[in-house]
Amino acid sequence: MTEAKVNNAPMVEFIVDGKKCSAPRESSLLDFLLANGYDIPYLCHNPAVKPYGACRLCLVEVKNGRKTKLTTSCNYPILEGIEVFTNTEKVRRNRKMVMELLLARAPESKELRQMAKDRFGIDADKLPFEKNNGNKCILCGLCVRVCRELVGIEALSFAGRGEHKEAISPFHDVASTCIGCGACAVACPTNCIGLDQVITKRSLARWNRELPMKTCKRCGYAYAPMFQLEHFQNISSVPADFFDLCPDCRK
Amino acid sequence: MASYDTAKIDAILAKNEYAEANLLAILQDIQAAEGYLPRPALEHVAKSLGISIARIYSMATFYKAFSLKPRGKHICTVCMGTACHVRGAGRILDKIEENLKIKAGETTKDLLFTVERVNCVGACAMGPVVIMDGETIGNATANKINKVINDIKADSKKS
Ligand code: SF4
Ligand code: SF4
Ligand code: FES
Ligand code: FES
Repeated sequence: MTEAKVNNAPMVEFIVDGKKCSAPRESSLLDFLLANGYDIPYLCHNPAVKPYGACRLCLVEVKNGRKTKLTTSCNYPILEGIEVFTNTEKVRRNRKMVMELLLARAPESKELRQMAKDRFGIDADKLPFEKNNGNKCILCGLCVRVCRELVGIEALSFAGRGEHKEAISPFHDVASTCIGCGACAVACPTNCIGLDQVITKRSLARWNRELPMKTCKRCGYAYAPMFQLEHFQNISSVPADFFDLCPDCRK
Repeated sequence: MASYDTAKIDAILAKNEYAEANLLAILQDIQAAEGYLPRPALEHVAKSLGISIARIYSMATFYKAFSLKPRGKHICTVCMGTACHVRGAGRILDKIEENLKIKAGETTKDLLFTVERVNCVGACAMGPVVIMDGETIGNATANKINKVINDIKADSKKS
């Protein structure tokens, strides 16, 4: 789904839980539902990047023609005349099962446990699987997609496949091209990237990356990672000394 | 690492027209030429094609045919599936590791052996099973396998 396509796409009519709706043809069904107050659980979606359909939590039922099927809504393009059911017994049952599977993969994520408890009444401690497998990552790919599509760096990727698949820096080593912007850490739904900052050093534990911070020449505040500023310098045409001052002192 | 000779890689890149679309073929050629995908080679490819090392690493780890570590001339695979395990595959692996002084997943310094473990190769009836260079050895014992290994060692010294 590209911006342009949605912007000049014709509007189509469809039905959600018995109510008539309209939206641009082929726009994301989940985006529409969230924007209109439907409380759909989701983890791997962010409207700023391409949908990926990884967590499978955003399930709904969609009737298109004579067939009704269970589908993820983030990567479902809205079509004329479809009928969407967001809260059937089948939808609830399957979402709950998906939640349990996600917990089994990443039992160490507090965020995930909280969501399971609040939304599904699941007590992670009572589920029959290894609770300390050291994993918080649900392989949602938001870090990878944000770094590639938004930041334009691609410091990370998925590696391996099947049970060995992971979202990781190249060679499990330092993500050497990471500029430390922190976008991946903000996007990560399970908080497993470990962004930290101690005065003049920012670190991203999951990517083994430590970055010196630029301090403002006037007030001395460590306001942004050096590499991030270098990157901005490269892609813009600001004067060489532009970043000597922090945004506040620059005013 | 600094001394890595990129001439070979440049030739492979030229053959593949320095095209990003041929990345898979490029990795295959490097794997064939080097026996594995050396990290400096991959970094050189990334720089030459102007693509991220993350993307190359992703592809290099996706396909079973690629290896990021050097592999030995002889591959010794020990089945650790349930059936083999209960018949003592663990002890066999221990003894092999002891003999070669490496752990499963590693390669000897002289690049003669790589030891690997797999889960069930579908020959449970003749377990424990060890596969040496593609040849299945059933009813394996530590002595039997280490004898095969020692024979290969002796042979390689001769030539
Ligand atoms: S902090 Fe580094 S890895 Fe994360 S999005 Fe920014 S550049 Fe990419
Ligand atoms: S590290 Fe976070 S954002 Fe990246 S795949 Fe794992 S859960 Fe998703
Ligand atoms: S939000 Fe739709 S699959 Fe994750
Ligand atoms: S468990 Fe070893 S062959 Fe099946």
